[in-house]
Amino acid sequence: MPQNKVLLSLRGLRKTFDTQEAVSGLDLDVYEGEFITLLGPSGCGKTTTLRIIAGLEMPTAGRVFLDGEDITRLAPEKREVNTVFQNYALFPHMNVWKNIAYGLRMRGASRAEIDEKVPRMLEMVQLEGFGRRLPSQLSGGQRQRVAIARSLILSPKLLLLDEPLGALDLQLRRQMQQELKRMQRQLGITFIYITHDQEEAMTMSDRIALMRDGRFVQLDTPKGLYEQPRTAFAASFIGETNLISATASAVKDDEVLLDISGFEVPCACEDWITPGEQLLISLRAERLRLAAQPVNTPCRVTGELLESQYAGSERTSLVRLPDGQVLHVRSTTEGEQVPDKGSQVSVWWQQTTGVIVRDDREENQ
Amino acid sequence: MKPDGVTGRFQRSREALAFPMIAYAAVFVGLSLLYVIGLSLMTRGEDFSAGVPYTLDNFARIASPLYLRSLLQSLRLAFFTALFCLLLGYPFAYFMAKASARARTWIMLLLIVPFWTNALIRIYGWKILFAANGPINATLMAIGLISRPLKLLYTEFAVQVGMVYAMIPFMVLPVYSAVERMDWAMVEASRDLGASPARAFLTVTLPMTLPGVLAGLVLTFIPSIGLFFLSDILGGSNTMLWGNMVHNELLKSRDLPFAAALSVVLLALTGMVILIYRRMGGRAENMVF
Repeated sequence: MPQNKVLLSLRGLRKTFDTQEAVSGLDLDVYEGEFITLLGPSGCGKTTTLRIIAGLEMPTAGRVFLDGEDITRLAPEKREVNTVFQNYALFPHMNVWKNIAYGLRMRGASRAEIDEKVPRMLEMVQLEGFGRRLPSQLSGGQRQRVAIARSLILSPKLLLLDEPLGALDLQLRRQMQQELKRMQRQLGITFIYITHDQEEAMTMSDRIALMRDGRFVQLDTPKGLYEQPRTAFAASFIGETNLISATASAVKDDEVLLDISGFEVPCACEDWITPGEQLLISLRAERLRLAAQPVNTPCRVTGELLESQYAGSERTSLVRLPDGQVLHVRSTTEGEQVPDKGSQVSVWWQQTTGVIVRDDREENQ
Repeated sequence: MKPDGVTGRFQRSREALAFPMIAYAAVFVGLSLLYVIGLSLMTRGEDFSAGVPYTLDNFARIASPLYLRSLLQSLRLAFFTALFCLLLGYPFAYFMAKASARARTWIMLLLIVPFWTNALIRIYGWKILFAANGPINATLMAIGLISRPLKLLYTEFAVQVGMVYAMIPFMVLPVYSAVERMDWAMVEASRDLGASPARAFLTVTLPMTLPGVLAGLVLTFIPSIGLFFLSDILGGSNTMLWGNMVHNELLKSRDLPFAAALSVVLLALTGMVILIYRRMGGRAENMVF
């Protein structure tokens, strides 16, 4: 993302419900025109964060800045922020036209402005001719479009979307993902998007804020999150990975020599690693290679082939290392030569594939 | 719902279960209605009886200034009863629905407990309050607002207050159930789109709870036309409501066919109100709490 000016800032945001802390100290800068996704399992505090930004919830502590202005205590109707709600929240007693025109009406827009803008929005979300229908006469995807049009007609600085595609079937979901992305680019509006679907987050976002227990685990680009996860949770939440225990046998400059089940393997070093430390290394299953014969590369281990499952384009193999840890290997089936089950096989990888991650698996869920 | 085998059978068994209800209604409501309508077309007989010839004279007698005035007064009182019940009952129901579950139980109790006391006794309570030397006058005189007791009792005002008091639960309960079913995300959406709390209420909450309001209006308006003991006790001879007319003809003049004719008029009025209610989109289920 080109570093535009900061549109939204969260500083030390906290929210406590009764005794339960939903949001535990968030800091975030969202840049103008950015598509940022809050990703995390349910109950991680992402909806609460969004509601605080919308003004529907008051934070227990911390501040919200929009365009440099402190809006923490500002009523929702006074914020240049609009929300697409999880179940759309369309007004059931108003037809599509009136739903879309609602925001303009509340702003005191003239009849002429409404009559000009509403058809444009209807066209943008491809609902021309649906103006007189009631929300109850629309399909899920159509309701979704009305909800988006209703928010976008006000040209907010920031659009908040709370799992907007959660209720749609897979095919429609894919289609709407592309449409949302198109509208976002076309209008240049900043999006903060909530989802628990990692694939959706990966394909749509400029940056992803991975959340857990009211905190950001990692704030990164989709690629950064996938290639350089910083914790075991981040590594395993996105894609399939092997989290393998290893010991740091020697540290030199930017490299650490790991002992993985008796094999010496080099890996990029983190500055917090000390020799002799127990570490966790993340190895993406599809980045591992399987070979019947030892391969001449520093990053390799040997183990027994336990299981080998053909699944069309891919094969999943399980390899048990001498210390009992099991590696999942996903390999392409094109021109493959399958070693016998029970035989000793080599598993090897590019050095950049191995990423040392902080072990946060035991932290309270 | 699709009428597949299971739900189809379910529907049929539901109808079968409803049969005793229907039979009960047919005998005790349908037959007695027919009886009243029949009576209204008969001639007064000797000593509290009715007989042939069949005639429309009873209805012709109703078309006189005396009864017209009574009808107008009844309608006016019923209208304002429904209106004041709405103005007082809606906020009450709204805050009750938004209160915590515990508070809600207490408020509900507050609303229901008076029902455990006989309605007559409660109305006599108002009579004491309104009396020339009652607590209201005594208080007003003590704080120096008035120098002589106000005439409160035996006025239309007293009847109006009593009616609102008696009818308000019938507004609160349907409105409460409508507000309680509200999806508050709608209100949040309207705030998000720029509506102030007041405009969000007027454009979203109120229209969405309108079925409850309509039900409440019908449930307070209709009984108010027919109430008679209330105006007897609090209104004295100054308020002759439709209910009092029926009551008098039946028990004082002992004119059975004429009392029946008055009842039929009341019934027709009520039927019209319900028809309007249905036309406005009201449904019977909203009147059930």
